[in-house]
Amino acid sequence: MGLLRRIRTAGRVAEPAPPRPDEQVPQKARQLAGSAQVRCVDAGSCNGCEIEIAAAFNPVYDAERYGARLVASPRHADVALVTGPVTRNMAEPLRRTVAAMGEPRLVVAVGDCAIDCGEFAGGHGVEGAVADVVPVDLTVPGCPPEPAAIVAALRRVTGR
Amino acid sequence: MNAIGYVAVAGQVMAVVIGAPLLTGWMRQVRARLEGRAGPGPLQPWRDVRKLLRKEPITPVGTGPAFRAAPALLVATTVVAAALVPLLSTDTPVSAHADLIVVVALIALGTLALALAGLDTGTAFGGMGASREMTVASLVEPTLLLSVFALSIPAGTTNIPAIVSSAAHAPARLASPAGLLAIAALAVAILAETGRIPVDNPSTHLELTMIHEAMVLEYAGPDLALVELGAQMRLTLLLGLLSSLFAPWGIATSASWAALAVALALLAAKVLLLGAVLAAAEVFWAKVRLFRVPELLAGSFLLALLAVTASYFLNGAA
Ligand code: SF4
Repeated sequence: MGLLRRIRTAGRVAEPAPPRPDEQVPQKARQLAGSAQVRCVDAGSCNGCEIEIAAAFNPVYDAERYGARLVASPRHADVALVTGPVTRNMAEPLRRTVAAMGEPRLVVAVGDCAIDCGEFAGGHGVEGAVADVVPVDLTVPGCPPEPAAIVAALRRVTGR
Repeated sequence: MNAIGYVAVAGQVMAVVIGAPLLTGWMRQVRARLEGRAGPGPLQPWRDVRKLLRKEPITPVGTGPAFRAAPALLVATTVVAAALVPLLSTDTPVSAHADLIVVVALIALGTLALALAGLDTGTAFGGMGASREMTVASLVEPTLLLSVFALSIPAGTTNIPAIVSSAAHAPARLASPAGLLAIAALAVAILAETGRIPVDNPSTHLELTMIHEAMVLEYAGPDLALVELGAQMRLTLLLGLLSSLFAPWGIATSASWAALAVALALLAAKVLLLGAVLAAAEVFWAKVRLFRVPELLAGSFLLALLAVTASYFLNGAA
């Protein structure tokens, strides 16, 4: 009963949808037509980016309303959200994860670390940025990027 | 008569195939609204299917015929079951073959195909999901059979259309103790068979807690579209069967176009209502621990057994 009252008083917590981002939709994303299954790969991040990704899928930002959904297997996924600088031990798993995804597939580098190693540049365990290991289609800058920026990138992929 | 009968069969199959993703989308939407989300809209599962059909098919190295045949087999068994089960009309050209045991066996065949496919991938999670699915299935199939037997005793036959039409003419029978026990047992069995909370969580990302999802982790592209469509069709079919058995009002018992149209509208309304209730219940429930699942299913089997006993002693023996 307590839960029922909470549901009634909370009502709708999702923020009104911001206008659709007007940047170029990547060519490959056109074929997805409003539906993108997302697989997160932590290639060595500090987990700050993961927290923001989790926030992008919470009821307030609600990335699911634009057709993006987190899935459990790279085989089901169209989009890989890669965070963090790629560490030596994660370089091969990252390559394999992206290889396991069917075409058309997109790789989105989330966070400054994923784009140019950011905070961890020059670390002894760092292999390089994500683009050094797998081809990257979209980037989301920020340390960590705001959930709204992650949602905007996902909307460019789903086109909604 | 015959034309209407064939249209009824085609209508049932089309309603299940086209309606299944819509039902799933509707349930996700209800759930999203209760969680305070905006939700992607009820058409989203169809968008997912359309996208998956356009994707590149992948056959993982080392998989054999069981892996490749399972998606088609899952959908095919469900289509046949949808043609047999009385969803719109109890008077169709195939209704004489719509035996309860055939329908349950068809559903079990789909489950078995998917479990074999899970084993065939050779991954740890595939095998684990298959073993869990078969554990659940071995407890669920007898419950499905028994709970409908409770209704078949007063009707004197295991032919589902005959059970439904006799119940439609004597609705008081459904409110009897046997009927109520059978509803409860069948509802739990359907939750388990379709992998919903509290037995399995369809939206989990944790491989260790998966049952159904763990078997299909390796599917991609068009095969995945078939697997997802098959799972959604089974949910629609079983909810439709539940509503036909326990709320048979409006189902066409004679061959007429008007009755068929009314039956279609009422079927959609009943299944959507059941779906909304299920989605709302899932917001309130948590998944039970895997080792408690057999207790839950044994409980529902017991309810079904009581239903059969009550049905036999209270009105069947007369
Ligand atoms: S970008 Fe910032 S928050 Fe994200 S992994 Fe790197 S250091 Fe952490």
